[in-house]
Amino acid sequence: MGFHWSNAEASSMKVLKTASLPVDDANFNSYLSISSDNIITIFSPNPELGQNIKTSFPMIVAEELEADWKNVKVIQAALDTKKFERQLTGGSGAIPHSWERLRKAGATAKQMLVEAAAKRWNVSAASLKAENSFVIDVASGKKLTYGELATEASSIAVPADVKLKDKKDFKLIGTAVHNVDNLEMITGKPLYGLDFYREGMLFAMIQRPPAFGTKIKSVDSTAAKAMSGVVDVVTFKNNVAIVGKSTWQINKARKVLKVEYEKEGNIESTSDHDQIFKELLNSNEATVRRKDGDVDAAFKSAAKVISREYQCPFLSHSPMEPMNFFAHVREDGVELVGPCQLPDISRNETAKLLGIAPEKITLELTRLGGGFGRRLKSDYVLEAAELSSLIKAPVKVIWTREDDMTGGSYRPAVRYRFEAALDAGGNMIGYKLRGVGMNAGNPTREDNFPSGAVDNLLIDSIEHKSPITTGAWRAPITNFLAYAEQAFLDEVAVEAKQDPIQFRLNLLERAKKNPVGAIKYDIDRMKSVIELAKEKSNWGKNKKVHQGFSVYFSHRSYVAQVAEVAMKNGKPMIQKIYAAADCGIVINLSGAYQQVKGGIVDGMGHALFGNLTFKDGAVEQKNYNNYRLIRFKEVPEVEVHFVNNGIDPTGLGEPALPPTGGAIANAIFKATGKRLYNQPFNKQEEMQGVNLGEKL
Amino acid sequence: MASYTLQINGKSLTADVDADTPLLWVLRDHLGLVGTKYGCGIAQCGACTVHLNGNAIRSCSVPVSAIGVGKVTTIEGLSEKGDHPVQQAWSEVDVPQCGYCQAGQIMSAAALLAKNPKPTKDQIDTAMNGNICRCGTYHRIHEAITLASSKH
Repeated sequence: MGFHWSNAEASSMKVLKTASLPVDDANFNSYLSISSDNIITIFSPNPELGQNIKTSFPMIVAEELEADWKNVKVIQAALDTKKFERQLTGGSGAIPHSWERLRKAGATAKQMLVEAAAKRWNVSAASLKAENSFVIDVASGKKLTYGELATEASSIAVPADVKLKDKKDFKLIGTAVHNVDNLEMITGKPLYGLDFYREGMLFAMIQRPPAFGTKIKSVDSTAAKAMSGVVDVVTFKNNVAIVGKSTWQINKARKVLKVEYEKEGNIESTSDHDQIFKELLNSNEATVRRKDGDVDAAFKSAAKVISREYQCPFLSHSPMEPMNFFAHVREDGVELVGPCQLPDISRNETAKLLGIAPEKITLELTRLGGGFGRRLKSDYVLEAAELSSLIKAPVKVIWTREDDMTGGSYRPAVRYRFEAALDAGGNMIGYKLRGVGMNAGNPTREDNFPSGAVDNLLIDSIEHKSPITTGAWRAPITNFLAYAEQAFLDEVAVEAKQDPIQFRLNLLERAKKNPVGAIKYDIDRMKSVIELAKEKSNWGKNKKVHQGFSVYFSHRSYVAQVAEVAMKNGKPMIQKIYAAADCGIVINLSGAYQQVKGGIVDGMGHALFGNLTFKDGAVEQKNYNNYRLIRFKEVPEVEVHFVNNGIDPTGLGEPALPPTGGAIANAIFKATGKRLYNQPFNKQEEMQGVNLGEKL
Repeated sequence: MASYTLQINGKSLTADVDADTPLLWVLRDHLGLVGTKYGCGIAQCGACTVHLNGNAIRSCSVPVSAIGVGKVTTIEGLSEKGDHPVQQAWSEVDVPQCGYCQAGQIMSAAALLAKNPKPTKDQIDTAMNGNICRCGTYHRIHEAITLASSKH
């Protein structure tokens, strides 16, 4: 499929369907096909949003297939629930979930190719080996390319059971492989949803309520309709859509659109949230998430009690590509094209909305210009589908940055209270955590560390239902919980007069020898990242810098970090962050290093600067002029190390982010004696006159 | 509406648009040059960076009527085969994650190196501070610019 606008030089948007493969390709399974000229096409089913899945998925298939990576072509598969499972991006789960399935897909095709060669040469398959896209007769050295064998091989019965490679024989997995879309990205080829154009397609922007808790009272679209390029103005639900012939024309028309709104539900401001948090923290109506031992008795008998509270603001996901989707609702079916993290759910919700069967809908995935959880929601897909069905035309709905920032689904604000009871020997005999959040569900991770290491423990939570829309934001819950917990434990370690790292190791030792209740984390894996970070950062040995430590288990993986802060003119400057990660087997070393670095930059930027506030239900920051994201100058050096333990991969899209804020805050404490309890750090009284983005 | 003939990537291209249409949307909606990205619309993120007479500009905030006979280079025209030293360095260092901001990053870096082939670390910092990368590829961007500079 292609698009040619008025200009002959126009680029074409390639959203490839499986149907667009060359016809002579031999299909082996859902994941791969081989052409007679020895090009191996591997499909990548999961949405690619920068986690590098489009490169690492095919690497796993190619490894077992013994394919020559130079002749591998990767294609983003359209949504196909018959062929693929879990075709989504979220929870750092794609690789752990599909690891074995992908290996088997490659190994199966390899075995079929070997059997085809055995048949052709009339020899035993055991006398042949596969290497670099060739099947080779070991004794004679004669060989055939996969391409030469593809047609015969694809007609061989699919083996029920295949042997997977010994992990020590991996050649491709664990190496640094470049992103398969690099050339397209660095030359500006159309890849993203916003790059999708088609002849006759209309453009639309939607005016949504400016404040949460309001609805449309009246719409006057006379002036907007009279603007050049405007085709229609359509009101549906709480949306007023301006439909037209170009982005700029509808953007201009929107400025003369007159919509009045009225109150529909609660209208909340950030100051209300602060008040609500205080009330909830002292409420008697919490849901108990975990209870071990007798907490009340432990706190009564304690030699010392430490109680601290931590709060984070709302955050925008703010992927660089704003929300957009193309929809064409026709009599005979629906076509959806664009960037989304949960294509199956988006399709099902669209089917429900339009009252048709999901099979009537095709959904093609473009590359996603970031996601961070925002594109787990289908709101912007449904808008496009509903609008297309109303105007009976193909339409691409485009959100401006302001729409993206004000139109909802945010990381919710959360507040935590942590309490620790120490005995006279500095042992933590009691531990309490209460989490209160806006639509945050359970904002605790009750079976994570330090659960299992404390005799008397109580974890509970209370939720406030807010009309402000919220959703999963990269490393949901743990993106702030990790900070609060690791900052708190640092403070407890100081009170217990123990080195912060040793304090955690002691707790882990306790959990290992004599665990209290069930835990979800692996004690040895957590210890191994702690020890690696300690070693690589020369913990405590460099007296010129102030080091802060943090470690966190999230999404099946473990990351420990050490932040280094130096003082300049009496002000703390973040100089360097060391990370030690255990995500099991690293698939693509290049992607993995950057995933950790990027996670740290993300975690640091939002801990330092991220701040979305509300006034009377409306977001106060509407664009990057006052919603601050971390920039080039502000990034410290980052050094990444991986634990090499041969465990099957456990995911890396999120786990590097949660520990960063805690490592930084703990280093700032070492340097200044000041504790940071709330985010963003730069707005805290303790950091007055300090710009934590500055470097030496 | 008026007809504007622009000098883009060494070619004369014509678009019928309103005078206040930002160059960004002329490129994307009317000329099919979608490599230049929309990120914020207010010259804060740098995703829309192109060259006007060799200078890096934010095309979201420059109306088409202000371009005149100025020579515009977009990511599509930076090199014929994607082999500009900056593009090569980007590939060698494996910079992109989601990739959405990278065309703008590359255009900012290419403009810097054209004027200052051996920039200091501070000069790189300053030149690149207007381009946001939400994935956090800043380290690799720095590395790629240093690499491209070393090959100059």
